[in-house]
Amino acid sequence: MPELMYREALNQALAEEMERDANVFLIGEEVGRYNGAFKVSQGLLDKFGSARIIDAPISELGFGGMSVGAAMVGLRPVVEMMTWNFAILAMDQIVNNAAKLRHMSGGQLRCPIVFRGPGGAGGRLSSQHSQALESNYAHFPGLKVIAPATPADAKGMLKAAIRDENPVIMFEGERLYALKGEVPEGEHVVPLGKADVKREGTDVTVITWSRMYYFCMQAAEELAKEGISVEVLDLRTLRPLDEEAILASVRKTNRAVIVEEGWALAGIGASVVDIIQSKAFDELDAPVERVTGLDVNMSYAANLENATQPDAPKIIAAVKKVLYRQGA
Amino acid sequence: MATPIQMPSLSPTMTEGKIVKWLKKVGDKVTSGEALAELETDKSNLEIEAYDDGTLAEIVVGENQSAPVGSPIAYLTPKGGKAAAAPTPAAAPKPVEAAAPKPPAPAAQATSAASAPVASGGRRVRASPLAKKIAKDRGLDIAQVQGSGPSGRVVKRDIEEALARGVKAPAAAPSAPVARKAPTAATVARPEARSEPLSSMRKVIAQRMTEVKPGVPHFYLTLEVEMDAAVKVREEAKAMELKVSVNDLIVKAVAMAVRRYPKINVSLQGDQVVHHGSVDVGIAVALEQGLITPVIRDADTKGLQAISTEVRELAERARKRALKPEEYTGGSITVSNLGMYGIDQFVAIINPPQASILAVGAVADKVVARDGQMVIRKMMTATLSCDHRIIDGAIGAEFLRELRGLLEHPTRLLF
Repeated sequence: MPELMYREALNQALAEEMERDANVFLIGEEVGRYNGAFKVSQGLLDKFGSARIIDAPISELGFGGMSVGAAMVGLRPVVEMMTWNFAILAMDQIVNNAAKLRHMSGGQLRCPIVFRGPGGAGGRLSSQHSQALESNYAHFPGLKVIAPATPADAKGMLKAAIRDENPVIMFEGERLYALKGEVPEGEHVVPLGKADVKREGTDVTVITWSRMYYFCMQAAEELAKEGISVEVLDLRTLRPLDEEAILASVRKTNRAVIVEEGWALAGIGASVVDIIQSKAFDELDAPVERVTGLDVNMSYAANLENATQPDAPKIIAAVKKVLYRQGA
Repeated sequence: MATPIQMPSLSPTMTEGKIVKWLKKVGDKVTSGEALAELETDKSNLEIEAYDDGTLAEIVVGENQSAPVGSPIAYLTPKGGKAAAAPTPAAAPKPVEAAAPKPPAPAAQATSAASAPVASGGRRVRASPLAKKIAKDRGLDIAQVQGSGPSGRVVKRDIEEALARGVKAPAAAPSAPVARKAPTAATVARPEARSEPLSSMRKVIAQRMTEVKPGVPHFYLTLEVEMDAAVKVREEAKAMELKVSVNDLIVKAVAMAVRRYPKINVSLQGDQVVHHGSVDVGIAVALEQGLITPVIRDADTKGLQAISTEVRELAERARKRALKPEEYTGGSITVSNLGMYGIDQFVAIINPPQASILAVGAVADKVVARDGQMVIRKMMTATLSCDHRIIDGAIGAEFLRELRGLLEHPTRLLF
């Protein structure tokens, strides 16, 4: 299986879907002539031309709304947001229009659209450009929210998102784009709404998604040396949550740690805890622990930026806590 | 790191304890079972024992200082090293494997043993939901398991270990590593208690009674007992130079009545009705500072003389505040007697988790009607207070009627 970077896997998914369906087009800031701010759309302008690879002005609300309109009349837009921090401007189109058109029109209108771009901290970009905003979008009925961690999932889930009949919000990551992994060629579609056990274990379930997945795998490696067997469950889709997979894993290990880049209050992890406590209460041997970003605005300074985010040592400490081990 | 020695919980009502005196000082070597300090609880003075070998590293709570149950009062460096002390309770990689032979975890034992000898009374057992579920599925009394988690929380690995050890003790028996040191003759093979969930009818009754009378909703039944025959028994015993008081007779009669009406021998714990297997009768003993209720175990199987001796011995030690917790906890019912103060009649407050208490007044000559004639008899008033959540008037009345029958015809105590 070829090894691709995360951005290359996305590029492959876009190219394949655009070839497969002439209604698919890509729009966003610098997606065309500049080949994408993060080079996800490398070579696509040359291949598909400016009618389908559209450079948009710096106006997220404008091209966001325009794309919603295009979806209403039968096209399948992929809207690239340079980062999700900027997409806050487009929130009204995403939330009030994309998410609600089917409902408001009594099913007469549909909105098959993908909004995608990097979320989370990029590295010394300070508070306005480092936010993990997925819980905002996961709040709304009418949207699907995905956040793949690996290149293979990035390709398979973008393909699934483009084929979906409803709006899908896709969180990528500035620090994910250059990561490499094996990616199946051709028709590789990962169904939305399905979590994935990325590492099997018996002592504790660590639940995560997106970039935090790598810290969790690192922590799991470390803990294995101490004889602690960690199961890493990659949620991949944050709305709808894969309750079945979450509960199956917790029933197996009786303990859970949820690792989330964003803030704790009203985070995705809070909802995961809710699912666990309400549906697997009797299976728990310890309170569920959460490792989240600290409840502060992101610092510019690298040392403070690192201290703000979850990392392997913090995850290890949380795992030991739910296992009632020393050193927690 | 040294292992903390925690303030033990030595009675169901104990929330904090005061160190009267340290018997060991920092640097002293201690061996498991050795007394570390004298402790004053709400009931009596007791010694705290070491559960491990080691060296007393630090004293946190000094003499005449108090500390809440579960908080560290001292630190012990376990035998054979310093860093090794870091207690890794589950040395085995997986709690499930706890069943397999594994090295003991001294630190964990010390913590848990000191923290929560879960009493047989109404005390809440801290346990993870999973631990509770496994215990229930396997028929294990979770109150008998020492928790190794925070604040003595019983977690899965503790249950696995307990199952491996074959713990399955009855709920009513006092637990704690501080085992009963001087078991009375009757403690061997005492009948076990059993629990059953409240029926839905009883649940509604319990709920409604609690609405009207929060806490333990009492009701009271009073009747007069003709004590001439009972007094005669005492006189006959005296003639044989045996010391038996009227109160001893009452204790015996109460025990026999409880045995015949086991529906009165119950406790409410959560939503479970515990039917006690044995008949243990508490006696209220007034102290200078208050009151304590030592328990005569298996009073229904003991002779009057044995009861008499035991009551006197327990009362004596109660006044010296030297009772052990297992001597004043548990119990089916309590007898409170204010007859010696000339009180004719009073109502007593139930001592939970018991569900009833008998208040007896003085035996006094009264004019009563017998066969249409006024005669003088030795009368005594007995008032039974019952927990209406689990005992109804009819049950209390039947019990009380039986008690009167036994006291009025004491020969029935022989059968």
